[in-house]
Amino acid sequence: MSISKDIIDEHGITEAEYLEILKHLGREPNLLEIGIFSVMWSEHCSYKSSRPHLKRLPTEGPHVLQGPGENAGVIDIGDGLALVFKVESHNHPSYIEPYQGAATGVGGILRDIFTMGARPVALLNSLRFGTVDHPRTHGLVDGVVAGIAGYGNCIGVPTVGGEVYFHESYNGNCLVNAMAVGVVKRDRIFRGRAEGVGNPVMYVGSKTGRDGIHGATMASDVFGEGGEERRPTVQVGDPFTEKLLLEACLEVFRTDYITGIQDMGAAGLTSSSVEMAGRVGNGIDIDVALVPRREEGMAPYEVMLSESQERMLLVVKKGCEEDVGGIFRKWDLDAVVIGEVTGDGLFRIREGDGIVAEIPVRALTDGAPVYDRPLERPAYLDEVRRLDMAVVEEPADFNGVLLELLASPNICSREWIYSQYDHMVRTDTVVLPGYGAAVLRIKGTNKAFAMTIDCNSRYCYIDPRTGGAIAVAEAARNLVVAGARPLAVTDCLNFGNPERPEIMWQFKECLAGMGEACRELSVPVVSGNVSLYNETSGTAIYPTPTVGMVGLIDDVMLIATQPFKAEGDVIVLIGETRDEIGGSEYLKVIHGLDRGVCPSLDLSLEKGIQSACLRAIGAGIVRSAHDCSEGGLAVAVAESCISGDQGAIGATVKVDGRGMRCDSLLFGESQSRVILTMGEEDVVRFRDICSEEGVPVATIGRVGGDRLVVDGFIDLPVSRLEEAWKDGFSLI
Amino acid sequence: MGDKFGIIVFPGSNCDHDCYHVVKHVFGRRAGYVWHKETDLSGYDCIILPGGFSYGDYLRTGAIARFSPVMGEVMDFAERGGPVIGICNGFQILTESGLLPGVLMRNRGLKFVCRQVYTRVENNRTVFTANYMRGQLLKIPIAHADGNYFADDDTLKSLEDNGQIVLRYTDSEGNATEEANPNGSLHNIAAIINRGGNVLGTMPHPERGCESVIGSEDGRGIFESVLEAM
Repeated sequence: MSISKDIIDEHGITEAEYLEILKHLGREPNLLEIGIFSVMWSEHCSYKSSRPHLKRLPTEGPHVLQGPGENAGVIDIGDGLALVFKVESHNHPSYIEPYQGAATGVGGILRDIFTMGARPVALLNSLRFGTVDHPRTHGLVDGVVAGIAGYGNCIGVPTVGGEVYFHESYNGNCLVNAMAVGVVKRDRIFRGRAEGVGNPVMYVGSKTGRDGIHGATMASDVFGEGGEERRPTVQVGDPFTEKLLLEACLEVFRTDYITGIQDMGAAGLTSSSVEMAGRVGNGIDIDVALVPRREEGMAPYEVMLSESQERMLLVVKKGCEEDVGGIFRKWDLDAVVIGEVTGDGLFRIREGDGIVAEIPVRALTDGAPVYDRPLERPAYLDEVRRLDMAVVEEPADFNGVLLELLASPNICSREWIYSQYDHMVRTDTVVLPGYGAAVLRIKGTNKAFAMTIDCNSRYCYIDPRTGGAIAVAEAARNLVVAGARPLAVTDCLNFGNPERPEIMWQFKECLAGMGEACRELSVPVVSGNVSLYNETSGTAIYPTPTVGMVGLIDDVMLIATQPFKAEGDVIVLIGETRDEIGGSEYLKVIHGLDRGVCPSLDLSLEKGIQSACLRAIGAGIVRSAHDCSEGGLAVAVAESCISGDQGAIGATVKVDGRGMRCDSLLFGESQSRVILTMGEEDVVRFRDICSEEGVPVATIGRVGGDRLVVDGFIDLPVSRLEEAWKDGFSLI
Repeated sequence: MGDKFGIIVFPGSNCDHDCYHVVKHVFGRRAGYVWHKETDLSGYDCIILPGGFSYGDYLRTGAIARFSPVMGEVMDFAERGGPVIGICNGFQILTESGLLPGVLMRNRGLKFVCRQVYTRVENNRTVFTANYMRGQLLKIPIAHADGNYFADDDTLKSLEDNGQIVLRYTDSEGNATEEANPNGSLHNIAAIINRGGNVLGTMPHPERGCESVIGSEDGRGIFESVLEAM
């Protein structure tokens, strides 16, 4: 059958790309081959638009055991142990079918972790939805949260942290970024490599159905009206089967039967085979007739492109097939030899005796197109940065402003969400959700590690470079205030349509900022994911380069948390409060303004305050620590008053505004600021640490009583603050 | 008697490791995993049915696990007076298998709930609670979607009359109020025991409350009590 122009178009392949395919094959492709090229060359699998820019991120460091390019990144944490982690987007499917989209996002990222040989021990997620009054928002929030809970709770991996934002730029495209972290012995790391010509290739896990065909291609396209029609391209998750698959795989990892393993995620059997062969320059030969199926009469095209969940591809040492099969059968899972590793560099698909596709592996991997897409500084930038504060009326009632901010969708308590997640299973969660970072102990050691996921996309919209850098700096700060030394980053780069030069410019600038911050703070990027085409009917999301970060705590007893602890403790602020109200949550919530110049970031100051925090927490003199972010100083102090599980506690604070506007002083979002509390006797020592680190420090008040009093501006009982903050989400 | 705990592993159990950790590493006692297809419990002195999602909670919580081959042995073990602890999904399996009365329905709020709750020790004259004071408040986490205990009036009355209600949900002051009830359980029931006094079902997870580093040591008493009785 000859391939028509319509078929090429339907597969999202351009004319130029089709000519490339002809060159690679030396003939016309058949339909199956077109399908394979389509998914492997999709943006989702090939990173064809993003690759040139991704190179600018630092990926190496002394503790990096595995950087980008594998199923997940791996870092050494000593004691013969390593952490494996990655974040991945499931934006498009979640918008179309929120429960299954989010659930399979969790399932997919977990497989990426245990594929590396690690037991997954924690999940986090970064969620972004449209405004609370948009007709789709409620259903999306309910469905996405239920989907994450349904999958994570069932499989028994605690969901320990995350972030949720609401903004109109996500009205037509929600973001669901799922991150997972696992622990593995350093010498038992597995990789996705099809090594050893003649070794059998085994298919394990669920049977293959027709779900999710061309999911990767869908995720590489913009939505028009009626995107819901794509529901059949969303996969269906089965966390129970994944639990069995997880335990069976971990059992196999304790043996020496296999040489490589990869999960069948986006583009299913096709991408797992091709990538495993491609990493070691081998070929792979598969007979589709042997693939276990859930449905009758599936064509090779459907089998190869299905994104049915909970499946893995294993390369087994010859002669060990039966042993591997036995382990999977114990867990009631299919395990079938479907092919073998070859030395000819070809991806060959048979159906019984006949060959139905044959493509050089390299054509699908290195041969995928790379686009250095045109860039153009967006016209909106100058306009959006213009902010005349003279016309912004200064509020008369700061009590009211603080209460309104605490109850606002992006600041209020997230308990409604995280109480639906089992965040304690596995009995390692030392710092529970609700703060900037979650902390998990590592059983059998004194160590613990902290995790966070963060991004302020308004900053990234107003100033992509600074916003990208702030995303990294703030994630690191979240870890540091918990007492953890930041080690490495996983990123989820969510942007609009890369074919538009101004989107590509946002992308390039955000990455430049992230790269600078990563280098300065010594946190290499070890894994990640790019999600482009997040736009509907020409409206793109705000650029959202979500940063997941992991840090190490040497002594689990030396950690800090956000809530104020004891009457009489001294409240200290480190960092500098500048007149920076632009891009703030305050302007948005109180004045409806999404504009201004976003806060500046001085990376050397950032480094200093992080170092000072770590030293003080390590010395055991810090009773609480909280960074200032959305809502500024006033919200940070209020949160420290009301977020403890022992009941709220008051504080009296006085800050020197040096003539700046009161709203800037209280609610401005100057970066690199942390509020710490400590006993009176330790303040001098802390000041010494700060002066050694060259960090501005000021004593701003004292913990105690049952009111929050901010000199001259705010005077409220903490019970009122607590009420506003805790009820905020349920009122949304 | 000895001190070896047998922790049953159903497909989908996910608190099995946590129970093992507590017995083995917190209390330094012996523990072994028992695969659900096994049918020999000899050598074990206390059986734990751990929390999780046996068979994915498909059909109904605990409804499939009760037919696992090992459950016949668990019934015999209980019949002989051996101590059996069912935690969360384990509790659900115990009610499904008839070892404990009543059922655990979908939470009143229809959502999964994970948080620390307060419970009050209603009966400390059991092998599982002897180390607590009567009326003592325990702060132990719950994590479930189906913990809404229901039984008919006669059953409830006999549970009350016979002291079979072991833990009740309360507020931080120890009052069993409606607001302190996280899932709609009748009579704020959090944990019950059988007539024989050797089978305990608890929705709160005592194994999550055995180490101060993770926020509570209030669950230790259950393990300590049964260890002393063993």
